[in-house]
Amino acid sequence: MSDHNQPVWVIAEQVRGVIPAVCLEIIGQARKLADDLGVLVEVFLLGNGISDQVDLLFFAGADVVHLGDAPDFDRYQSEIFTESIVSRAKERDPQIMLIGSTFMGRELAPLIAAKLGTGLTAHCIDLVLDENGILEQQIPAYGGMMSIICPEKRPQIATVARGVFPMPALDQNRSGKVLPVEPPKGINLRVQTLEVVHTEPKGVPLESAPVVVAGGVGAGSIEGWQEIQALAETLNAALGSTRPAVDEGWTELETMIGQSGKMVSPELYIGVGLSGELQHMVGIVGAKVMIAINNDAKSPVFEQVDYGVVEDCRVFVPALVEALKKKKAYTGRAAHVV
Amino acid sequence: MLRIVVCVKAVPEPKSAEELKIDPVTKSLTRMDMPLVINPLDRNALEAALLIKEQSAAHITVISMGPPPAGDIVKECLALGADDGILLSDPSFAGADAYATAYTLAKAIEKITAIDVVLCGRASSDGATEWVGPELAIFLDMPVVTMVRELVESEGASWVVKADLENGYRLVQVELPAVFTVTQDANTPRTLSFSGIIKSRKKEITTWGLDDLDLPAESVGLKGSPTIVSKLTYVESKRECQIIEGTLEEKVDILINKLVEAGVI
Ligand SMILES: Cc1cc2nc3c(=O)[nH]c(=O)nc-3n(C[C@H](O)[C@H](O)[C@H](O)COP(=O)(O)OP(=O)(O)OC[C@H]3O[C@@H](n4cnc5c(N)ncnc54)[C@H](O)[C@@H]3O)c2cc1C
Ligand SMILES: Nc1ncnc2c1ncn2[C@@H]1O[C@H](COP(=O)(O)O)[C@@H](O)[C@H]1O
Repeated sequence: MSDHNQPVWVIAEQVRGVIPAVCLEIIGQARKLADDLGVLVEVFLLGNGISDQVDLLFFAGADVVHLGDAPDFDRYQSEIFTESIVSRAKERDPQIMLIGSTFMGRELAPLIAAKLGTGLTAHCIDLVLDENGILEQQIPAYGGMMSIICPEKRPQIATVARGVFPMPALDQNRSGKVLPVEPPKGINLRVQTLEVVHTEPKGVPLESAPVVVAGGVGAGSIEGWQEIQALAETLNAALGSTRPAVDEGWTELETMIGQSGKMVSPELYIGVGLSGELQHMVGIVGAKVMIAINNDAKSPVFEQVDYGVVEDCRVFVPALVEALKKKKAYTGRAAHVV
Repeated sequence: MLRIVVCVKAVPEPKSAEELKIDPVTKSLTRMDMPLVINPLDRNALEAALLIKEQSAAHITVISMGPPPAGDIVKECLALGADDGILLSDPSFAGADAYATAYTLAKAIEKITAIDVVLCGRASSDGATEWVGPELAIFLDMPVVTMVRELVESEGASWVVKADLENGYRLVQVELPAVFTVTQDANTPRTLSFSGIIKSRKKEITTWGLDDLDLPAESVGLKGSPTIVSKLTYVESKRECQIIEGTLEEKVDILINKLVEAGVI
């Protein structure tokens, strides 16, 4: 199958009129892939009153923007969005389609793929071209990295989380062509979003936190988990978790770090009672200093951090929190005296 | 009566799944027979069905595609309260990606008449794509809502559900028949009861293979999968670790110094 001239697509989205960072990051990566392939980057964006966002997409690397700007596109409606994307994709025949792993992207990607009869790879942590220009979609597996390819069907669709790729430099001189998208006609809507409710996120947001404390199975119980939570609070850090900690019900899915969770890039990462499985560790991108607390000296987590403490976290973490509190009180007093 | 299908996957038991690693020396994967368990998040999908059945007349069919031992997982679902179970098992189904899995499940679900609701877990623990539910919806030509945490209204053929979003939720109205993926916050799954096990002993599960679904072999399993694994590479660890030694107090002090050096306190 020859893919000449078939563009690289990015499905962008807007949240209350703003393009989320992940969309710009994947446009940056799409630009690199498209340059290697010698093809265009085309971005698809739907919304209402969003034409002021189009320049940003060009600055990030788009050559063409398919823009649907209409009241029907005001909020995400799966059937309208799927139909609009699929019908334009059939005309333009993209070879690659990248979608952010947002809630919308995670629902839309499989709908688009199934409609187009093609494959897709979830939560990729890298995307590179092989010698034949086929997209290697990399995910962690079995303690290593697995490359998944979609050799025949097109487009090759991948979802990517925020923070996997760097934010591209925005080039204010770039511009491109806008192709309007009209709302699809005559679809009988069987599913309709009636209302979207936004709640204020609590605590320090993980993705931008300078310090992250993540806990795992080693917490042992909700009480053990609360100690880890207390450590995060004392350090003014964002609280992260491994998947089993979420499965135990100790914490919310939103705190999960890793391949199928969030990507973090803190100055300091402290992993408590977790084994350093790659699916978790790939979520920590470019942390400056990494520390692990684990009671098993042979735990693989110690091969992936700068400092290790071999201790039972249920004993060590409360002692650490206590000492940190004392230190804080002391420095607080000292500052006062001075 | 509401006809509910719950899609349940048999997944490797977590501890043994973690032992399946690329050998750093041979750089290959040593396969072993792993004990299977019900995908934890599918318990929430089954529980959602059981809760609906407690409120109104409903019939629950559990369906699972997997190797023959996955039949035990289907039986476990019967013991938890499902009415009947279907195992999709055929050597040709092996190696299916999310697309081929959803396609095969859809063809089987189409054989059951008058389905109102199809429930899936949010994700499987081994595949974790979250794709099977939505793809199933396309193949069944049904609407879908993912990440459902609450059934707000479930009277008649028009349901309202609450589904998770980043920092919030959406209220969605859906016309049945429809597919839903259920989050783990939706409910707390029940555990097996002795009477459930006894009652389920009389229930039989049905096994369907390729011929029962009347599908060409090219459309299922590895052959029906658009994606394939092209390579597996061993990853070297990147950091040099210094283990902090001493008594508990000393370790605390040294660690705090490291935190000061890192500039976080
Ligand atoms: C497709 C796929 C996607 C996945 N995505 C993710 C993801 O995004 N994020 C994620 O986190 N996981 C993900 N996983 C799961 C991942 O493979 C691991 O199962 C998980 O990260 C392990 O979590 P853990 O380290 O908490 O648990 P374990 O591996 O069980 O490790 C627990 C650790 O705690 C230590 N310990 C026990 N007791 C104590 C104690 N008292 N004090 C100190 N230490 C103690 C043990 O020595 C052990 O090292 C995914 C898996 C798959 C297959
Ligand atoms: N082989 C299977 N048999 C039955 N249901 C499945 C199978 N694979 C996936 N599912 C369903 O699809 C959901 C999402 O799986 P996944 O797309 O693998 O994350 C699971 O929670 C199950 O409800």
